[in-house]
Amino acid sequence: MHEPTLSNRRALLSRGQLIGLALVLALACALPFVVSNYRVFQFTLALVYAIALLGLNMLTGFNGQISLGHGAFYAIGAYTAAILMDKFGVPYWLTVPVAGAVCLVAGFLFGLPALRLEGVYLALATFALAVAMPQLLKYKGLEAWTGGVQGIVIVKPDAPPWTGLSQDQWLYFVVLGFALALFAVGWNLLRGRVGRAMVAIRDQPIAARAMGVNTAMVKSMTFGVSAMYTGIAGALGAIVIQFVAPDSFTLFLSISLVVGIVIGGLASISGAIYGGIFIQFIPNVADQISKAAPWAIYGIFLIVFMYVMPTGVAGFIRILVGRLRRGRDR
Amino acid sequence: MNVLLHQVLSGLATGGIYASVALALVMIYQATHLVNFAQGELAMFSTYIAWSLMQAGLPYWAAFFITVALAFALGVLIERVIVQPVENAPILAVVIVFIGLLVIFNSLAGWIFSYTIKPFPSPFPTAPLFGNSYVSSHELGSIGITLVVLALIFVFFRFTPLGLAMRAAAQNPVASRLVGIRVGWMLALGWGLAAAIGAVAGIMVAPTVFLEPNMMAGILLYAFAAALLGGIDSPGGAVLGGFIVGVLENVVGAVLGTELKLTVALVLIVGVLVVRPSGLFGKVLVTRV
Amino acid sequence: MARLLEVRGLHAQYGSTKVLHGMDFGVEEGGITTILGANGAGKTTTLRAVCGMVKTQGEIVFAGERIDGRATESIVRLGVAHAPDGRGTFVDLSVEENLRLGAYTRRDKAGVAADFERMYGYFPRLKERRLQQAGTLSGGEQQMLAVSRALMLRPRLLLLDEPSFGLAPRIVQELFEIFRAINQRDRVSMLVVEQNAALALQLADQAYLLETGRVVVSGSAETIRGNEAVRRSYLGY
Repeated sequence: MHEPTLSNRRALLSRGQLIGLALVLALACALPFVVSNYRVFQFTLALVYAIALLGLNMLTGFNGQISLGHGAFYAIGAYTAAILMDKFGVPYWLTVPVAGAVCLVAGFLFGLPALRLEGVYLALATFALAVAMPQLLKYKGLEAWTGGVQGIVIVKPDAPPWTGLSQDQWLYFVVLGFALALFAVGWNLLRGRVGRAMVAIRDQPIAARAMGVNTAMVKSMTFGVSAMYTGIAGALGAIVIQFVAPDSFTLFLSISLVVGIVIGGLASISGAIYGGIFIQFIPNVADQISKAAPWAIYGIFLIVFMYVMPTGVAGFIRILVGRLRRGRDR
Repeated sequence: MNVLLHQVLSGLATGGIYASVALALVMIYQATHLVNFAQGELAMFSTYIAWSLMQAGLPYWAAFFITVALAFALGVLIERVIVQPVENAPILAVVIVFIGLLVIFNSLAGWIFSYTIKPFPSPFPTAPLFGNSYVSSHELGSIGITLVVLALIFVFFRFTPLGLAMRAAAQNPVASRLVGIRVGWMLALGWGLAAAIGAVAGIMVAPTVFLEPNMMAGILLYAFAAALLGGIDSPGGAVLGGFIVGVLENVVGAVLGTELKLTVALVLIVGVLVVRPSGLFGKVLVTRV
Repeated sequence: MARLLEVRGLHAQYGSTKVLHGMDFGVEEGGITTILGANGAGKTTTLRAVCGMVKTQGEIVFAGERIDGRATESIVRLGVAHAPDGRGTFVDLSVEENLRLGAYTRRDKAGVAADFERMYGYFPRLKERRLQQAGTLSGGEQQMLAVSRALMLRPRLLLLDEPSFGLAPRIVQELFEIFRAINQRDRVSMLVVEQNAALALQLADQAYLLETGRVVVSGSAETIRGNEAVRRSYLGY
């Protein structure tokens, strides 16, 4: 179930991989011009989820700390952006890094007591966080800021006139920009010494400590960075949807994120993208069958994937590519 | 003073519910070192089964006992079919399977029975006992039923051969096999009992919180807090923890307002885990480095 | 006469590590066989193999039935009791509960009650500590408890893993005398794994010497006891 550690520093990216990446990038840039505005909106959200999933995957997939409550950080990021825009008139693109910073701190702070919790206990504590979050957001004492049950409505940003893009297209590229930057940073981080330390802590915590890895520091920092990524996603999501309300951030959001990394592939960067697409589009399709159907599908997929495809779609693709390569070399 | 007494008695009634669910959680934890995240949804789903039986015309107590039996069977089935194959998988895989179960039961309930809130009958009279103003008949009856269930479970584990075998299997599966105990089936039985207890808890709490697919989420959280407080591997502790948490919730709620109840549970959970993970009565786990 | 336990070509492994490499041995009906050897020779693994606790290849035949590949609990139900290394006691349960569990698969209440009395007769200290938690017993008492628990099954074959381990010499003598009594009076066959070769050879009829998973010497206990060369090179005395 664990992905092999990432490629060593010298082989940056094979030529095939570079071509593949360029192709995907070209497709991504062409997309908003060939599909409807609504579809663009959906793909933007898929990208937002991909960022959130990369955050969660860092913590749970690479570092082995189970979080059933990452929706809380998504919510904190979303509300930070919304409050800054609504109450303080901060421009939308500035709220994103601020949300990131807030969540970095929040994640690090939550990571500190979490140091003492392993496996199931950490899952339990984060589960509690997820369940308690909506009630906290509705709290009358904070209503002046959070808008209480009603939440906050945000004005959708306009595309700069010189681009000639629609609002949805512009937001798509903004999110795409953030996503590319965040994925690049994340990829670099996970490939390097820090990433190896994270994986070492997940697989052999005692040996890691014996080898001089400051496990406490790495684990807390991972929590912080992971929360930051998910918080940034939350901020972007709030801007795209133009609305934050407590009932958008229930336990089920946290569970969706877990579904995303399981389907996409634990400890996989590309998995975040597959997962994002999955959790954005499956509900849209399944919703037409019944309100309950998306969740039934999530539940069944969670269990089936654990039995049949524990490395997720990313792992499956890797196996396929490996088989194809071997076939070609013969 | 009157208000305090009322809060305490009310708290004992909800505490009984928390104690039952906490006991179910501890039973599974003792045997497997796993926290059953799906416990609440299983209880909720069982309550819907009871509701359906009553809708079909069955009298309350017939529906009650049939539901408990069905819940037992469901628990056994889930353990044998879904949990047993991932028994030795990494903890993340098992947690994910439990979350999957949680989600499946929640959505199944929503799909089959719709999300509209339904009233659920209580078998106890509406008039309070002796006309008292401290505790309703349902609350009193709920406490009574909870205590009966807990007593039955206690007697079962303490004084029957099967109960002894289950305790043995939970503590030391290897040695249990050496005396001929079929450890796998003991686990399944544990799940069955936990599911049955959960069903009773759900049926008792539904008249108060109304029947809807998300009714058990907050209760599950409090049950977690109760189990941790009492000691996640101590059944007696879990029960005591349940009553303490129930009373605490009500008293704190009366003082601070009911809006942050779940946050209180969260603080309790994180607090216990960080300050004293073994709870009041659990064993202090020393991990050998 | 067929032997009660017949093992042919036994290989055993933990994961991918092979520990036993084709062992042949057996236990006569009503007899005592001992398996000797240094640490790491594979003695404990042999007993575990008979009980189905490790992955094996080869034939294990008990009372005419093949038991290799079967689950531990069903082998036990055929009448094989194992007092494992580490004692295998239920430390959180009382002494009496431990004994009761030993008789878990039995249906004859009167027989079980009689056996309780017999165990308390062999080991009066256990009777004194009936209601005490097993984990609070001394090493010697835990060993007695482990053996008693195994005997509560009324087994046909008793497997003992290093029964003398960590016990004072006097207690060990008492214990081995009880073993002899049990074997002769109750006709319980035994397979005893021991590091204390002198003691084991005094008790047993048959002996097998194990070295890194292979039987290197086998024969009657008397013969091996008398063979000074074997004793010197393999048993160190």
